[in-house]
Amino acid sequence: MPLITGMRGTLALATLRRHPARTALAILGIAVAAALLLDMVMLATGMRESFRSLLLTRGYQLRVSPKGTLPFDSEATIDGASAIVSALRANPEILAVSPSLGTTLAMPGSALPSVFTLGLEPDVQGDYALDTGDDLPVPQQATPDDQPLPAVVNRSFLLRTGRRLGDTLTVSAGLDAQLRTAARSRRVQLRGEARFFYVPEETPVLALPLAEVRRLLGPTYRDRMSLAMAGTRRGDSAAVESVRRWIAETQPRVTAISTETAIRQVEERLSYFRQLAFVLGAISLGIGFLLVATLVTLSVNERRGEIAVLRAIGTPRTGVLQQVLLEGLGLSLCGIVGGLGLGLLTARWLNGILRDFPGLPAAFNFFVWSPQAAWQSLLLLLVSGTAAGLLPAWRAASTPIAHTLREDAIG
Amino acid sequence: MPSGKSSLSVSVSASAEAVIRCEQVVREYTVGESRVAAVRGIDLAIARGEFVAITGPSGCGKSTLLHLLGAIDVPSQGRVLIEGRDTATLSDREATAFRLRRIGFVFQRFYLMPMLSAQENVELPLAEAGLPPAARRARAAELLGYVGLGDRRSHRPTQLSGGEQQRVAIARALANAPALVLADEPTGELDVATGERLLELFAQLHADGTTLVFVTHDARVADSASRVVRLLDGRVQQDSAAGMMPDTA
Repeated sequence: MPLITGMRGTLALATLRRHPARTALAILGIAVAAALLLDMVMLATGMRESFRSLLLTRGYQLRVSPKGTLPFDSEATIDGASAIVSALRANPEILAVSPSLGTTLAMPGSALPSVFTLGLEPDVQGDYALDTGDDLPVPQQATPDDQPLPAVVNRSFLLRTGRRLGDTLTVSAGLDAQLRTAARSRRVQLRGEARFFYVPEETPVLALPLAEVRRLLGPTYRDRMSLAMAGTRRGDSAAVESVRRWIAETQPRVTAISTETAIRQVEERLSYFRQLAFVLGAISLGIGFLLVATLVTLSVNERRGEIAVLRAIGTPRTGVLQQVLLEGLGLSLCGIVGGLGLGLLTARWLNGILRDFPGLPAAFNFFVWSPQAAWQSLLLLLVSGTAAGLLPAWRAASTPIAHTLREDAIG
Repeated sequence: MPSGKSSLSVSVSASAEAVIRCEQVVREYTVGESRVAAVRGIDLAIARGEFVAITGPSGCGKSTLLHLLGAIDVPSQGRVLIEGRDTATLSDREATAFRLRRIGFVFQRFYLMPMLSAQENVELPLAEAGLPPAARRARAAELLGYVGLGDRRSHRPTQLSGGEQQRVAIARALANAPALVLADEPTGELDVATGERLLELFAQLHADGTTLVFVTHDARVADSASRVVRLLDGRVQQDSAAGMMPDTA
């Protein structure tokens, strides 16, 4: 059987090589369809996966925000943060809690008048990954007033302010625009450069120890936080949901949202994208099917005489069927290989364009290579392309030998 | 001229046993709403090792008869027995296997696969018969040598002349050492000189024991055969082996 398949493969390949321009155009068409399908699958699954991996970057499955708000959806903060954090940390089901306070600090005399600032507890923070330099010191120590505060910033901050690691600058809070005075100011030293997961890449960010930010913002913020992230000891959905319910029951001033719920909410908001991706993917699948069906049908119609001769000299129906199916398979396979490269290139290009939209978290991607989904979709195209050859293959296999030879002799 | 002919196995040994027997064979076609009979009751027996030319004017049923003899068509009435097997009783799979192993076809238009080399074209029926690649390569080379194309094995049909293409087709027909070679106007698309060289090859095949049945308009081809069967209106008008048939008188 492999011997015959080998010769049939040779014949199928030879048939495809017979009209190289036509075959190349068909392969290109299938490649475009495959690329579109792959991109749509990457888009449909990508945003979800990207959002999920973004939320789970540091393993925190729960976000605790002021009652009725989404994390950083408003400037609302939670008072009595220490008690809430302590209560959460006391729960044996909770592994870690990372409180943070977001605010905007002024930078007098700097090229950048103000900067988004995150107050974090360095040992549990889940907001950034340090790239170069030193991290915020752990354990947290109160920095004497005459010493600069340690700070971690992102690339955008350095570019916009023209500063380097090691530089010091002044940040102020409680700025009075009329008097042009600040209630409180501190020198900060830029110790490290980091990638902040939840802040748009183009937004300058400054991270300081949480306690120092609270001190800068004054007595009102002495015990406040914008958000707390919590990681459960057991990562399964049931355990996370159980902790979420416990927070909802015991902490009436906050809203706890799990990663799964957040993803569901995002999915609802992005359902339009997914539907669009599904429709375009289905269309590309249809185009691939029609391209293969058209080309193979054309090829079979042109070769009816040859097929009749193959049958006459002893090729069984299954042999003809196999050969024509191999043509469809070959076309689809070549198109898919081309489409894979083309799809990845276009996905990268489109992702670059979409990521330029302002306000997107730095770690967010629209197109994400999800191997299982990608291979499944390309396999579907391969099956569809091969199936597209079924009808012409069946017609070829059913060629009436004597009748076709007689017609061919006359024609 | 053929070379290496003495060592080649192209057919079974000749004997007086009938390879083909047609008994009152009728073949009708439906054309529109009417029935047209292309073959109208032919009785014919061809012995092993015979070289038979079937002649007659266009539309007399020559090609239809050849298709019936080659088990690629079945009679509407009567029986065609090839090596004792009634072709009408064969399933498609059996008929295909029978053609593959017992019958070689040569067509007027050669019908070689244009993207395959001469060697690969000859290998086709050998691959279908399940020969391993090395064996079929050797057999194809041997056959191409026999038909005088030993040095043209890697050429594609478009790189060969009409006569050379027909030689490749003959080598392909002989691939599985068939009991019978059927040829439909084998010199029809060739010039006179090429046609004559091809007839020499057929004569050699016949001398080597192959049973040959030709359909031809060409008097030269008919003259080269040992027996001529002339058809007219779907009936045997004359058979050189039997004289005038009674029903055509």
